Amino acid sequence: MLGQKAFLSGNEAVAAGVRLARPHVIAAYPITPQTTVIERLAEMVEDESLKAEYLHVESEHSALSACIGASAVGARTFTATSSQGLLYMAECLHYASGGRFPVVMMNANRSLALPWNIYGDQRDSLSLLDCGWIQVYAEDAQESLDLIIQGYAVAEHSDVLTPMMINLDGFVITHTYELVSLPAQQDVDAFLPPFRTVNKMDLDHPMSLAFTAGPAYNQAFKQLQHQAVLAASKVILETEERFGQLFGRYYPGLLETLFCDDAETILVTLGSVAGTVRPVVERLRSLGERVGLVRIRYMRPFPEAEIRKALSGAKAVGVLEKDISFGYEGTVFTNVNSALMRAKVMPPRLLNFVGGLGGKDISAIDIERLFLRLKSPDDGETVEFI
Amino acid sequence: MNYPVRQKSFKPPKDLAEYPVGTAFPAGHLVETNASWRSLRPVIDAGKCTSCRICWLLCPDGVIHNTKPEGLDIDYDYCKGCGICAKECRQKAIRMENEGI
Repeated sequence: MLGQKAFLSGNEAVAAGVRLARPHVIAAYPITPQTTVIERLAEMVEDESLKAEYLHVESEHSALSACIGASAVGARTFTATSSQGLLYMAECLHYASGGRFPVVMMNANRSLALPWNIYGDQRDSLSLLDCGWIQVYAEDAQESLDLIIQGYAVAEHSDVLTPMMINLDGFVITHTYELVSLPAQQDVDAFLPPFRTVNKMDLDHPMSLAFTAGPAYNQAFKQLQHQAVLAASKVILETEERFGQLFGRYYPGLLETLFCDDAETILVTLGSVAGTVRPVVERLRSLGERVGLVRIRYMRPFPEAEIRKALSGAKAVGVLEKDISFGYEGTVFTNVNSALMRAKVMPPRLLNFVGGLGGKDISAIDIERLFLRLKSPDDGETVEFI
Repeated sequence: MNYPVRQKSFKPPKDLAEYPVGTAFPAGHLVETNASWRSLRPVIDAGKCTSCRICWLLCPDGVIHNTKPEGLDIDYDYCKGCGICAKECRQKAIRMENEGI
């Protein structure tokens, strides 16, 4: 059944998705460019169109801590943050994933200080890839809304029970407006049953929560976390299929490919930049250039097999990312390179382009230049800044 | 202090499938002995001990027990070998012996 349509920013689409998912507890602290998400949610709680406990906390550390506590009594929880705020909750990120509390969080990708900057890059979330959360990167407002609803279904699945971070590029997605389809509440209720877990404080079945495990037992819990994030791959595909059947919008799994079947030159990227690459690829195709695009949606679990399949026939591959691990290379590049190396399928040329740091614009002309660059024989520097 | 009630029935998980999901478990935390921390072990000389219980009172880990008729008794599974009992014993009835080699 079709719902209504609305002209929403990425942040407003997230807030609309959260309302449809009916969380019991929202705890968040405002930070640019996330602020309008939690402003809209506060208004929804105020006008009672969303029946949730809205906790006004004094920091991001407290925001996620409150969500963990609420999740530990069986509540569905939501928080949102960005940049410095995400780093401030870094300690709690591991508590949430280690405790297997399926908090869903929106992160507005933003640069990290210093120099102080409020604009978009992805160094905040990518520097926290190892914290045990599922990480997904949206390309537009509609996908952001749909990911919030799917996010609860994935995170709360009994094979997964892992928190989920849904990333939107700061300003480029969070603050731009587009026409968004709003699913009907009864359809979302059918898609997303109430959160049920055994991992909670329950007076009828008392358990010790958040306990200690020493050297003999600790690693087993980490292995189980690893298994759970790997298991999320299958759950994500099933969830997207079920979502598509109900709402008519189908998503392509851990990554999306465009013209990769016969492409000689492929650009791999993630987030909103894919929206700039897409029309460039289509235009170059119309001129007879065999170019393609891989848009990574999920960084964890990482689409290892899908990367190999998409890139196996390419002669030149560029990884374009808004992130750098100083002194080495971009983290997305490291992950893509590892997936290819493990399968021993290396494209003859594999370059790492780093751009957009601190919100530096990446234009369609920049993208055309990268495709040209990939065709030139010079291997150049390990990392090329655009 | 009396011996804590141990779960004699506790069986460590054999494989990953036997671990709880998340850190929630009816039995509390998983129990491990920590005897390998110790380089010196306190040994009570029953002939000198007067059962004054100063060691029992001052042991920071509560591993000296007072339940056996023959006198005080040290739980070596959890004693970390700090030596406070030997230092405080007024009868010099506790000596610290080298562990292993």
